[in-house]
Amino acid sequence: MTKMLTTQTYRDKKKIGEILEMIRKRSSKKIRLMEVCGGHTMAIHKFGIPGLLPKNVILKSGPGCPVCVSDQKFIDRAIAIARKEDVILTTFGDLIRVPGSTSSLEKERAKGCDIRIVYSSLDALKIARQNPEKRVVFLGIGFETTAPTSAATILKASKSKIDNFCLLSAHKIMPPAMEALAFDGIRIDGFIGPGHVSTITGSGIYQILADNHGIGCVISGFEPVDILQSILMLINQKEQGEPKVEIEYSRAVKPKGNEKAQRIMEEVFYLSDDCWRGFGDIPMSGLKIRKKYARWDAEKVLHVTVEKTRYKKGCICGEVLKGKKSPTECRLFKSACTPATPIGACMVSSEGACHAHYLYGNGKLL
Amino acid sequence: MCLSVPAKILSIKDDMAEVSVNGVRLEVSLQLVDKAKPGDYVLVHTGYALQILSDEDVTLANKFMEHESPNST
Amino acid sequence: MLITYMEMENSYKITLNHGSGGKMMHELIDSVFLNSFSNGKMIQQTDSAIIKNASTHHAFTTDSFVVDPIFFPGGDIGKLAVCGTVNDLAVSGAIPEYLSCGFILEEGLELGELLIIVHSMAATARVAGVTIVTGDTKVVPKEKCDKLFINTSGIGRVSDENLELGTGNLVEVGDVVILNGGIAEHGMAILCEREGINFHSGIESDCAPLNHLIHEILSNDHGITFMRDATRGGVATVLCELSKSRKLGVEIWENEISIRENVASACEILGFDPLYVANEGKFISVVKAGKAGQVLEKMKAHELGREAKIIGKVVDNNPGLVVLETSIGGKRVIEPLAGEQLPRIC
Repeated sequence: MTKMLTTQTYRDKKKIGEILEMIRKRSSKKIRLMEVCGGHTMAIHKFGIPGLLPKNVILKSGPGCPVCVSDQKFIDRAIAIARKEDVILTTFGDLIRVPGSTSSLEKERAKGCDIRIVYSSLDALKIARQNPEKRVVFLGIGFETTAPTSAATILKASKSKIDNFCLLSAHKIMPPAMEALAFDGIRIDGFIGPGHVSTITGSGIYQILADNHGIGCVISGFEPVDILQSILMLINQKEQGEPKVEIEYSRAVKPKGNEKAQRIMEEVFYLSDDCWRGFGDIPMSGLKIRKKYARWDAEKVLHVTVEKTRYKKGCICGEVLKGKKSPTECRLFKSACTPATPIGACMVSSEGACHAHYLYGNGKLL
Repeated sequence: MCLSVPAKILSIKDDMAEVSVNGVRLEVSLQLVDKAKPGDYVLVHTGYALQILSDEDVTLANKFMEHESPNST
Repeated sequence: MLITYMEMENSYKITLNHGSGGKMMHELIDSVFLNSFSNGKMIQQTDSAIIKNASTHHAFTTDSFVVDPIFFPGGDIGKLAVCGTVNDLAVSGAIPEYLSCGFILEEGLELGELLIIVHSMAATARVAGVTIVTGDTKVVPKEKCDKLFINTSGIGRVSDENLELGTGNLVEVGDVVILNGGIAEHGMAILCEREGINFHSGIESDCAPLNHLIHEILSNDHGITFMRDATRGGVATVLCELSKSRKLGVEIWENEISIRENVASACEILGFDPLYVANEGKFISVVKAGKAGQVLEKMKAHELGREAKIIGKVVDNNPGLVVLETSIGGKRVIEPLAGEQLPRIC
């Protein structure tokens, strides 16, 4: 019935102790590893992993937070849409506090806009079915883990002829951003690969990083044993001088991924250039809705005037996202910029590096 | 980007399944997976099953560690 | 950061975060309420105000209840209204005696629903051994409130030796932290009933009057230095407030904090941290190390304390910070909540 807070196998202290011992034994040089998945950012901080690692193993947080990398224009557009009389705006909770140029969805809700938090795009579809006189707009954020779910919901809307539902897509794919980091000269010895993105995509998409840039990738699960095992595997690659793509999270990730989900994504979305906060434009990195499904594309069916984008001064979210700076190097961190009064998305988003750092400290405690 | 949890399929109707995450029951869509059946464990993300989880628990690291435990010379 | 006059003049709007028990709520209280009402008692910001007299001291408290939905697994807004105020008195060391209740009813509310709620209040008051002695009712037009809101105020007597229990002023390094049972049940029970979350969790609110349990442990020479109930903002918020006000460190151990399996799962699915989720039948007590054993034994003998455990201790390192030792032996800082916790997908 009632149990201790955690007792699962992948949190087994003994096993963790063994892996940490191996890490200490095997890592002789400094090694910089980057995770590119918000879920990993949170898990690493939640379990206090940085403090358990030897000093030569450095973990950096990359652009794994889809909220953080969504350009401010997206929020401004969402706000403009929410302000329309006949619109119910539905969103994942992650977006509600992200600051736009002059407002946020939370502030707009306080002013009376119909903005609802949902757990699934299917809930948004349900709201559309129940409110035929309204237009229900769902904000589609997320990488390859979430994009197929949005695609499937559009297919369902199409099949069920629910025409008052539409999606505003800010979906993106991971590999171009990871490559952009490599091209940017970022000093990483290996990537802790995104576990759930990879259940969809499979492992092949990271091969180019190992082949062209000498940066290995170990696709990791989210429990402490997973993360530590993946770190060990990356250390091993570095010590042997053999960058490659490996799957630690084999219980969920197959080398080919989920081909059905890939087909569904392909059916509904096409690749397009997209703007990433902190990176600028990255070619062929965003997912837009195909003409065939234009009826469910909020960009096509809704015409709104979006205010001019104004970026906040002093915010270095871009540098933090690229792993070039840590949150504590931002002069706004914990002073002007806190979860209650966020300046940039890295603080607002619960999985943003700044937010995780604010909540969980840096693990290497006093 | 990936808050997903493992869930056990209790029953299936059309393309929806009732699953249980340690006692919490919810409905998820099976649109993204093939050949799921009651008793299978699936990874659930925002109301969809993303993948059927396998029993395979042995990772390369595990194999690696079996050969090189801290006690081995 | 307090709300500035400029913000007040520039139509600063209240958001849901101002009610969530976190930093923003405190800023609102400081900037607006304390500023206007300033007096020594309110500035204490404890669960009940202690009013000292030559002969008898009293604790006096008030709380308003706006929970949605008004009926939830394990209780209803009425039961909550009685328990909430009874518990605020009890954790301040008082014996709760009398309650008032004020109702704001929405036009169109079903009388049947109101009757169930009022009967529930009466039953809970009987269990708690308190008397509802006065009340008020107002009706507002449709949509001016959400079905009904209830305010309860309560008064009870406090003895000399218990006057400081709510303030934390007696807490010292070496004291241990005790929690009387599993966390996050109330908050998750409510959340799982809300629209947009279609779960069947089987989670029930832990809403219960704690005064009898607390009475058992407040024997002579009890060794208890602090008590607070872990309502909005959860266990984390109580401990953050304590460590900050006393400028002491608090260390807690994740492996000692109990949580039901289904509650933990619901938190995982939605991305909630259970340490910050509301409870309505759980309280933190800080106890002198030498007395902890006997306090624990007395708690466990009571049905609302069966799963009581020592979950941490007061330390002198990291003053002002609450540090959690994670289930795997790592460490992380537990920061105060900024605003509402939101379901997340990432």
